[in-house]
Amino acid sequence: MSEKEKTKKNVVKRVVLHFPKRVVDEPILFRLIKDFNLEFNILKASITPEAEGLMVVELKGEQSNYDQGVQYLTNSGVRIQALSQDVTRNEDRCTSCGACVTVCPAGAFTSEPGTMVVRFNSKKCVVCGLCIKACPPRAMELHF
Amino acid sequence: MTKTIDEINQKIKQGQAVVVTAAEIIEIAKQEGVKKAAERVDVVTTGTFGPMCSSGAYFNIGHAKPRIKLGGGKAYLNDVPAYAAFAAADLFIGANALPDDDPRNRNHPGDFNYGGGHVIEELAAGHDIRLTASAYGTDCYPRKKLETWINIKDLNEAVLFNMRNAYQNYNVAVNTTDKTIYTYMGVLKPRLGSAGYSSAGQLSPLMNDPCYKTIGIGTRIFLGGGIGYVAWPGTQFNPGAPRTENGVPREGAATLCVIGDLKQMSSRYLVGTSMLGYGCSLTVGIGVPIPILNEEILRYTTVTDAEILAPIIDYGTSYPNRIPESLGEVSYAELRSGKIKVQGKSVPTASLSSYPRALEIANTLKEWIKNGKFLLTDPVAPLPGPDSGVKFKPLNERPLGEV
Repeated sequence: MSEKEKTKKNVVKRVVLHFPKRVVDEPILFRLIKDFNLEFNILKASITPEAEGLMVVELKGEQSNYDQGVQYLTNSGVRIQALSQDVTRNEDRCTSCGACVTVCPAGAFTSEPGTMVVRFNSKKCVVCGLCIKACPPRAMELHF
Repeated sequence: MTKTIDEINQKIKQGQAVVVTAAEIIEIAKQEGVKKAAERVDVVTTGTFGPMCSSGAYFNIGHAKPRIKLGGGKAYLNDVPAYAAFAAADLFIGANALPDDDPRNRNHPGDFNYGGGHVIEELAAGHDIRLTASAYGTDCYPRKKLETWINIKDLNEAVLFNMRNAYQNYNVAVNTTDKTIYTYMGVLKPRLGSAGYSSAGQLSPLMNDPCYKTIGIGTRIFLGGGIGYVAWPGTQFNPGAPRTENGVPREGAATLCVIGDLKQMSSRYLVGTSMLGYGCSLTVGIGVPIPILNEEILRYTTVTDAEILAPIIDYGTSYPNRIPESLGEVSYAELRSGKIKVQGKSVPTASLSSYPRALEIANTLKEWIKNGKFLLTDPVAPLPGPDSGVKFKPLNERPLGEV
């Protein structure tokens, strides 16, 4: 694949955006659509006018547009983090009970047939946070 | 063919006992037949690992200088209240105890991040625990205040004492209402959106000896990673529950009251547990060895998840109001498949007890016995059997205004 083809290729990435107080008032997501032609899907958002804002989004668009969009966000003072790092499982605390399996709306937890060992697929995780408190031994951890 | 516990113990001491888990015996009996398997196999080990709310621990902290009488005073362990109603230096902490300043369900559903179960886990893990106590002071126990770190290694005795553990069978919890509910059976989604269950099924101790032919008062067991004993029938003991043809109860039935030295236990098998919107608890690991004394006892241990049924109960309506209504029965094989059918709807299932860790316990106990580290005991007295007439009664409320 040539460099040009690579930049034309569509990418789908889930990222966590941290907005410092000073940029919360700016229409950043509007610019992402308008200037960089990126589709976005908000998975979780918590922004208050007083404090830092946080948004989990899925961004979809051409690689070159995505790269430029990320550059724009960074220049605006928004910190970007890959999503999969944000909910983790403390393997020492997980007992493989399975209480999380029906709580997760994204199907990130599965009980392995036969062994009943509970697997966590962080790629499917949408960082909704529902598993954090539903986990009886509190093995799921949310990192921002 | 019959064997005695003495004969089995002789073989254990010589390292010649044939010990298998309750999962392995199913295939063995299928291959060899019950008769041959009963001759060859000496012990079947079981295991369970689930939240067991009626758990607690007592210990003696030693006498302070000058002395303080905790009995009749107040005592807290990491801010969690302990029961101080014994003599000067004994305390009991229950798994469900909560710090006085925990908001509980005021902001529903409450988190219940730390309680008595967590204190017991931390004690077993060897962590320092903050003890704060106040007393009224007497001539012989003048002190009124005590604040100190304590550690399990310095305690005179530390004993796990659980009045109701290892439920023989249990409800499958669902929710037919329009709201998510937060129960001790987990978070239950509205309109039959999920089902919670909690049993090791074919691995579970009392499922493998359903009529209590070998498990009795004094039976030596795996408890919390150490060695413990069956102390008594557990509370809410209900041996008269309806049973299937193979003797397995189709609902709650028997429970075990167990005791053991907390000092030799491990936080891997005693895990502080938080049930969202419900409270704190302790997840306890228990394993019971079943001596294969005859064919009948072996046959009981071959029970499979497909043969064990549990009632489906609506925790949104009938359970809280004590309405004896079941939405049907389902097997543990179906529950473990990830989906069950309730009122024609496919409902995803979630387990509250850990099957993998129950298996780990059965395997650990198997190794202990094979290595001669763990000998079997004859019960001192039996548990009340299915025909004993012992019943689990509901509370009959008598309004205080009436005499």
